[in-house]
Amino acid sequence: MDAIILQILNGLDKGSAYALIALGLTLIFGTLGVVNFAHGALFMIGAFCAVTLNKLLNLSVETVDPTRTDFLGNPLKVKTPYVENWFGPEFGHAIIDWSVPLAILFSIPIMIAIGFIMERGLIKHFYRRPHADQILVTFGLAIVLQELIKHYYGANPIQTPAPDAFRGSFDFGAMLGFDPNTIIYPYWRMIYFAFAAVIIGGVFAFLQFTTFGMVVRAGMADRETVGLLGINIDKRFTIMFGLAAAVAGLAGVMYAPINSPNYHMGMDFLVLSFVVVVVGGMGSLPGAVLAGFLLGILESFASMNEIKSILPGIDQIIIYVAAIIILLTRPRGLMGRKGVMED
Amino acid sequence: MTNKLTRRGLLKTGAVGGAGLALPTIFTSGANAFTNEPTGGTVTLGFNVPQSGPYADEGADELRAYMLAVEHLNGEGDGGMLNTFSSKVLEGNGILGKKVEYVTGDTQTKSDAARASAKSMIEKDGAVMITGGSSSGVAVAVQSLCQEAGVIFMAGLTHSNDTTGKDKKANGFRHFFNAYMSGAALAPVLAKTYGTDRKAYHLTADYTWGWTQEESIMAATEALGWETVQAVKTPLSATDFSSYITPVLQTDADVLILNHYGGNMVNSLTNAVQFGLREKVVNGKNFEIVVPLFSRLMARGAGENVKGILGSTNWHWSLQDEGSQAFVKSFGTKYGFPPSQAAHTCYVQTLLYADAVARAGSFNPCAVGEALEGFEFDGMGNGPTLYRAEDHQCFKDVLVVRGKENPTSEFDLLEVVEVTPVGQVTYAPDHPMFAGGALGSCNPGA
Repeated sequence: MDAIILQILNGLDKGSAYALIALGLTLIFGTLGVVNFAHGALFMIGAFCAVTLNKLLNLSVETVDPTRTDFLGNPLKVKTPYVENWFGPEFGHAIIDWSVPLAILFSIPIMIAIGFIMERGLIKHFYRRPHADQILVTFGLAIVLQELIKHYYGANPIQTPAPDAFRGSFDFGAMLGFDPNTIIYPYWRMIYFAFAAVIIGGVFAFLQFTTFGMVVRAGMADRETVGLLGINIDKRFTIMFGLAAAVAGLAGVMYAPINSPNYHMGMDFLVLSFVVVVVGGMGSLPGAVLAGFLLGILESFASMNEIKSILPGIDQIIIYVAAIIILLTRPRGLMGRKGVMED
Repeated sequence: MTNKLTRRGLLKTGAVGGAGLALPTIFTSGANAFTNEPTGGTVTLGFNVPQSGPYADEGADELRAYMLAVEHLNGEGDGGMLNTFSSKVLEGNGILGKKVEYVTGDTQTKSDAARASAKSMIEKDGAVMITGGSSSGVAVAVQSLCQEAGVIFMAGLTHSNDTTGKDKKANGFRHFFNAYMSGAALAPVLAKTYGTDRKAYHLTADYTWGWTQEESIMAATEALGWETVQAVKTPLSATDFSSYITPVLQTDADVLILNHYGGNMVNSLTNAVQFGLREKVVNGKNFEIVVPLFSRLMARGAGENVKGILGSTNWHWSLQDEGSQAFVKSFGTKYGFPPSQAAHTCYVQTLLYADAVARAGSFNPCAVGEALEGFEFDGMGNGPTLYRAEDHQCFKDVLVVRGKENPTSEFDLLEVVEVTPVGQVTYAPDHPMFAGGALGSCNPGA
């Protein structure tokens, strides 16, 4: 039982990342009809926003300590971050320690700007082109973005830790009456799940309860009619592209302490996120979220030794097996509706 | 006698000529005695390193070391390890008086791309020796190509037993240590530090290096009394190891051995620490994590999580012997930071190749191989070393290291716990873990 609870928890945080990326993908596909293969790169850039802020906060003034030497035997240059000089060692250290949560604020304008530039500068020229062209250009863009990141940040993963207060793990086992230390779960992963829930809830509320959201939903259902009513739907869809980029970026920022960011992390999530979108139902936002969590949990269970001893290698293919079964039984995906994205 | 040009004769001549031209140039060397015999005043070496892909940072460090080695061979710079190398035949005037030039290739850490770039350097650029790499899969593939092409392959960072085991080749040579040596060096330290009554759970990268690493460390720890609870293969492409870590909590294992390297190691170690394994007490003992192969460049990605973790390494910049100090000074002065173990092994391999050519008096791969086989040397940072003739593997001391608790700089991540003497990591050429292959005979390519 404890093993099952653990794998459900694992699946929830993995599913959170899938759901957030798939949500953005669906928003872009649903509004602009563009298959955006650069969406994983936006997730990666979000994580590197956290890395960048951490590096900025660690910009230091160098002083020479003649009593110590460096690896070449020269007097050691001691680095003291500017923020510690400006705000005092304790408060300065706390600011650096909280660089990942602070990166949420840092990343939002950056991601919206990147989304806006991507859409206006490149992707809008491919609206009326076949999906194959869109895939090629956005995939190319993803490679360019990841190579740029690699050029400036290197190929190795970069440690971007969570604040000290959230390191360590919580003993669910003791709370639920199991033996202590049998169901341990990291604090930051729980925060990631809660954060994803808030972002997903926020996006749904925005689309459901604002006039802007109502127009966007109407545009997703029937773009031509909304245009005939004199509404500039293109402008709103551009804003939605920025919003989707921000959602992917935030998912990346908060993911940075879970796995050290590297230039390739976007590609690792991209294909799975597309499967999530298709399984959820093309253009269905609730479907993307549902499929994200469902496939995350399935993937987690497939990694259990008991399952793998019966079906070796199942952890590698479970998502695709599930996708095949779901699409065979529900060709429009879990929550896809007739007539949507079927022209 | 008159020569008549007939239709049949023309067809015959054309067919023979065409077949000759169609033969890959890699397998032909005209009048030369061996592939890419240097004829002018220069000799070209091929540095095949990952310049893109996940090991690009290691590749960049390897390339820095190669460029430094070329400088030193050509008599530029401070000479580095040429001043401490026990063999004194290299005089800083290139190799056999020929100025050393180089070309580079990008392995991308993919076997096919690595073979393609090596082939291009041999065929188009005339490289007489290929060296480099940061992956065992790549090393095995390129070594095989060099054997076919008739050039020497001086392996870079490759740790799988197979490179000088079942996949060994007469034209291939490895200076870097291997998985067996890691196990043999590490296990006694583990037993001394954590006791002999331990239960180990292995997570292993599912490819050639991971398999041999798991087999080696498992055999070494079991020989000292440890019990293996479970060994789980993880896909090389895995990024989040949480679902592989959590089952560890359900067992009575009190040690987790991560047979992972590179990004796999960074992520699996980070995940294991996040899940509180290091705070766990099992069987009345503190839970411990072990990383058999450490890399300083990679350890940086795991940050504070490496603190206190035991592992092994081929070389570390903090070593105080003359050779290491000379190399660190040269490299550090030129580039501003200390070299990695990948840089060290690549630098040493270049000097060893040049030295072998100089001692053999020829670039002929068979003569070079003969000069390397059974060669004993010192002053290269690892103490007295033997290039064993039977398998072309270097035998030298192995370092057991631990993630440093209080690093003084961003480079100061590992501390040397023990220098395991070479005798403890030496094995018989026909050891079962290295069985199944044969060196064969050297191929000069002519």
